[in-house]
Amino acid sequence: MLSGWFILFLSTVYMAILFAVARFGDARADAGKSIISANVYALSLAVYCTSWTFYGSVGRATSGGLSFLTIYIGPTLMLLMTGVILKMIRISKVNRITSIADFIASRYGKSQLLAGLVTIIAVIGVVPYIALQLKAVSASLEALLHESGSDFLPWWLDSTFLIAALLAVFTILFGTRHLDATERHEGMVAAIAFESVVKLLAFLAVGVFVTYSMFDGLGELFQRAAASPELARLLQTDASRAGTWTAMILLSGLAIIFLPRQFQIIVVENVDESHLKRAVWLFPLYLLLINIFVLPIALGGLLHFQGQPFNPDTFVLTLPLARGAEMLALLVFIGGLSAATGMVIVETIALSTMVCNDLVMPWLLRYSRIGERKDLSRLLIVIRRAAITLILLLGYVYFRAAGEAYALVGIGLISFAAVAQFAPAMFGGMYWKQGNHAGAVAGLLGGFSVWLYTLLLPSFARSGWIGNGFVENGLFGIAGLKAQALFGLGGLDEISHCLWWSLLVNLGLYIAVSLTTRPDALEAGQAERFVDVFRHSGRETDTRLWRGRASMEELLNLLERFLGKARTHKQLGAYARKRGTTSWQKLPIDAGLVHFAEAQLAGAIGSASARVMVASVTQEEDIGLEEVLDILDEATQVRAYSRNLEAKSRELEAATTELRAVNERLRELDKMKDDFISTVTHELRTPLTSIRALSEMLHEDPRMELSDRKRFLGIIVSETVRLTRLINQILDMAKLESGRAEWTTSEVDVREVIRESMDSLEQLFREKGVMLTGELPETCPLVMADRDRLTQVMINLLSNAVKFVPGETGKVHVRLSADTERVRIVVGDNGPGLTADECNVIFEKFRQGGNTMTDKPQGTGLGLPISRQIVEYFGGNLWVESEPGAGANFIFTVPLPGPEEQQ
Amino acid sequence: MAHKILIVDDEPNIVISLEFLMKKEGFEIAVANDGEEALAKVASFKPNLMLLDVMMPKKSGFEVCEALRADAANADLQIVMLTAKGRDTEVAKGLAIGADAYVTKPFSTKELVAKVKSMLGIA
Amino acid sequence: MKQASPTRQRLAALSLIGAPLLTFPLLSLPEGNWIGVPAQFFYLFAVWAGLIALAAWVAERKDK
Repeated sequence: MLSGWFILFLSTVYMAILFAVARFGDARADAGKSIISANVYALSLAVYCTSWTFYGSVGRATSGGLSFLTIYIGPTLMLLMTGVILKMIRISKVNRITSIADFIASRYGKSQLLAGLVTIIAVIGVVPYIALQLKAVSASLEALLHESGSDFLPWWLDSTFLIAALLAVFTILFGTRHLDATERHEGMVAAIAFESVVKLLAFLAVGVFVTYSMFDGLGELFQRAAASPELARLLQTDASRAGTWTAMILLSGLAIIFLPRQFQIIVVENVDESHLKRAVWLFPLYLLLINIFVLPIALGGLLHFQGQPFNPDTFVLTLPLARGAEMLALLVFIGGLSAATGMVIVETIALSTMVCNDLVMPWLLRYSRIGERKDLSRLLIVIRRAAITLILLLGYVYFRAAGEAYALVGIGLISFAAVAQFAPAMFGGMYWKQGNHAGAVAGLLGGFSVWLYTLLLPSFARSGWIGNGFVENGLFGIAGLKAQALFGLGGLDEISHCLWWSLLVNLGLYIAVSLTTRPDALEAGQAERFVDVFRHSGRETDTRLWRGRASMEELLNLLERFLGKARTHKQLGAYARKRGTTSWQKLPIDAGLVHFAEAQLAGAIGSASARVMVASVTQEEDIGLEEVLDILDEATQVRAYSRNLEAKSRELEAATTELRAVNERLRELDKMKDDFISTVTHELRTPLTSIRALSEMLHEDPRMELSDRKRFLGIIVSETVRLTRLINQILDMAKLESGRAEWTTSEVDVREVIRESMDSLEQLFREKGVMLTGELPETCPLVMADRDRLTQVMINLLSNAVKFVPGETGKVHVRLSADTERVRIVVGDNGPGLTADECNVIFEKFRQGGNTMTDKPQGTGLGLPISRQIVEYFGGNLWVESEPGAGANFIFTVPLPGPEEQQ
Repeated sequence: MAHKILIVDDEPNIVISLEFLMKKEGFEIAVANDGEEALAKVASFKPNLMLLDVMMPKKSGFEVCEALRADAANADLQIVMLTAKGRDTEVAKGLAIGADAYVTKPFSTKELVAKVKSMLGIA
Repeated sequence: MKQASPTRQRLAALSLIGAPLLTFPLLSLPEGNWIGVPAQFFYLFAVWAGLIALAAWVAERKDK
């Protein structure tokens, strides 16, 4: 038997455990050993699943079938846009942003107006949502007690109020330990992650219980549901509501990052950007798991309670109770409590930061003399605690006042639609530099007004709090102004209707006003910092955007007043180390320091107030918009220049490498030329040596014997011949190589060339006793070539052959063949043959094959290189195929002219 | 006893002229046609002076000169390098590895004979 | 210019693929019963789980 006191006791024990977890997390954080891992971060994101999910999803499924899933598919898709979320986190870290209001305000010129406006929208949109959590706790308590037939608590003790009070204490203890809101609440995050696990386990437990204990598994449940025409429609989505489906996905996708509590957890409480990699799949997995049993439980409840009065929102409790599973029901109650408390704690912390920094502080600083106080850090904490209490109280009051009214029950999505209004200003601020303050204000106001008129006020009307004339007949009786069919746009559900119109107005105004007004100087700088956050690694632009005079004493004074002495000195010390100074007293009083001080202050009191305070203690020069734009432009240009420079230097490097290669090649050519000349010299001097020596001896010795005389004169003559041939060939070679040789190209019958060459060398062959045979086809196509040059090649090859074959047994054979593309001439011999190495070497200049001693004066070492040059000039090839001892085949080809050349 | 001169060159006509020239002066002559043969002839013929061509097959004149200078037994052997490549670097290289004189082709027969005689101490 | 990280691009691509897969008109394709559960119920959870699995694979993969 469950008594009210027992349940209250259990709740208190559970909260105590939560306290313990949070304390542990804080203690570890203080010791520098954070327990916030990627998994904890991902689980803490599940603060998204409130009691509205825990109890409400089943309720939605009983009427809308699968449509409740859109609320969880949207966040899955949004989270996959990791780049967007990462940018949000990075911007917030760099600028020490502590809330979504601060984010928008800071981007649009640290505007107090915008900060206040965003805060008001958030409070109006979200406080009823807090009330809904309290209601859920109260309703679950009631269901638990009612079913078990226990007494209610004494009339003077309201359990919901008790829970609200406990939550307030918890939130104050762990939400305001530090003043600096950018300093994370690690204990609280750990507690939230713990709660996420509890609520998931509780929901899975009841899901398994209903599906497999009360019914015979999913199959049976679905079968029985399909049999009932009323339930069957829940199993299939309605394609006619496709628009609503998509709108819900968009709405929930925006809510997952713009709800104040989600922004707090995803952005402000993020310890390490890499944790996002885990969250991107673990959190959607969590959502999937917590949703698997929603439809089965809904169907189970509908089937079980057929014909009885029931409240589908409490099926998760009443189904176990109906089977007497009290312990399970208690677990479910604790799970629901987890969902509610988690949401309330984080939402309250986020809202209290906004209220304190963006509403109360600016007002106090402006209208009271509080700014002159010595130490404001205590006051700040008091304000924040008061804000927490006030927000929870507001939530409680709203819960009491609204009761069962629609304005409370339907608040989940209404709340989503309110925060969706932040989307244009947020996304625009992150990606569009032209988006400005006036545009953001206009968009937010426009969107918020439409939301108020088409969603919140109609929900009040439905609750009977105000007249519903503007919904039924339109404002002032104008039909076009019907709150939920604006300008005649009917056929939509109210949420899609509101989302459509409010985002249209919001986005339209934001863009239109931004394009027609100019930002101020401060704003232009902020736009640059936000949009290009990944590119601003250096602080150069920051420091150039501030000019003026400040004193260390005054800055120190200011920081100490808001942060306290100890904290101020600690932060300044860390900053000094980063700047490479040993102590902060030695820090130069420059723009960098002022910027640092402002950022520290922004973490405590928001960027808008921080700007005002810093401006009040420094003498700032006014930098005009034009100059700011110039500086930013310059920064962009400098980046562009440096990119260009990098590209240029790469090009230069490539060019240098190329030049080096060319130089290397030139050097090589130069060396080759040098070698060539040296070789030529050698080849010319060698015959000259014999000629000179022999002539001198003949000249000086008139009594030389006649036989010697004759022999010497013979040598002189042959050496002279050799010299002449050498000179001719060198000149020929030089002409060929320089391209100045004269060519007379005509149609040539290769057979004739071969025959003539063989005839002219017949004598030489006969003298040495070498057999020369030819094998020429009957017909042969004509080639385009220089006849004399071709003859020169032929003679060169034949005389080489006869030189190297042995006398008497030597054989040289010439064979001509032709195909469609070329003629091919082979000069084969049965000489000593060539090694593979020699096959290449012999085509180099002045390199001769075989033993040159025997017949030296005959060869110049230029015949083959010249022949190759000639053949290649005609487009053919000259090479040798040979093996040592097996003779050699010198082969050359001459291409036949193409068909068009023949004509 | 007549001085012995070894002529090393791969050009037959140059060998013919040098042989004739030196024989006429009364020297005892031996001929080698390449570097390897030259080394063998030095060992067997034991010349007092050697006319050594640089550009030869198998072993160049430089290599022959280096090999000879590495052996102390040949310390007294006079080496005259003959080359058709007149570059200064080659003259320097030849002298550096131990040649006693360097003569470029084509040479004057008179001067060559005078140089050989002075090197052998026949004035 | 800093290149967007390939992991981030792949995840965003998953999002862009997921959106049409999980909305109408594609959503109206599954009908009747698949392995004992309503086709649409099965389809939604299967696609969703597939997206999560792919995201996990992309995000947790060790970059070279």
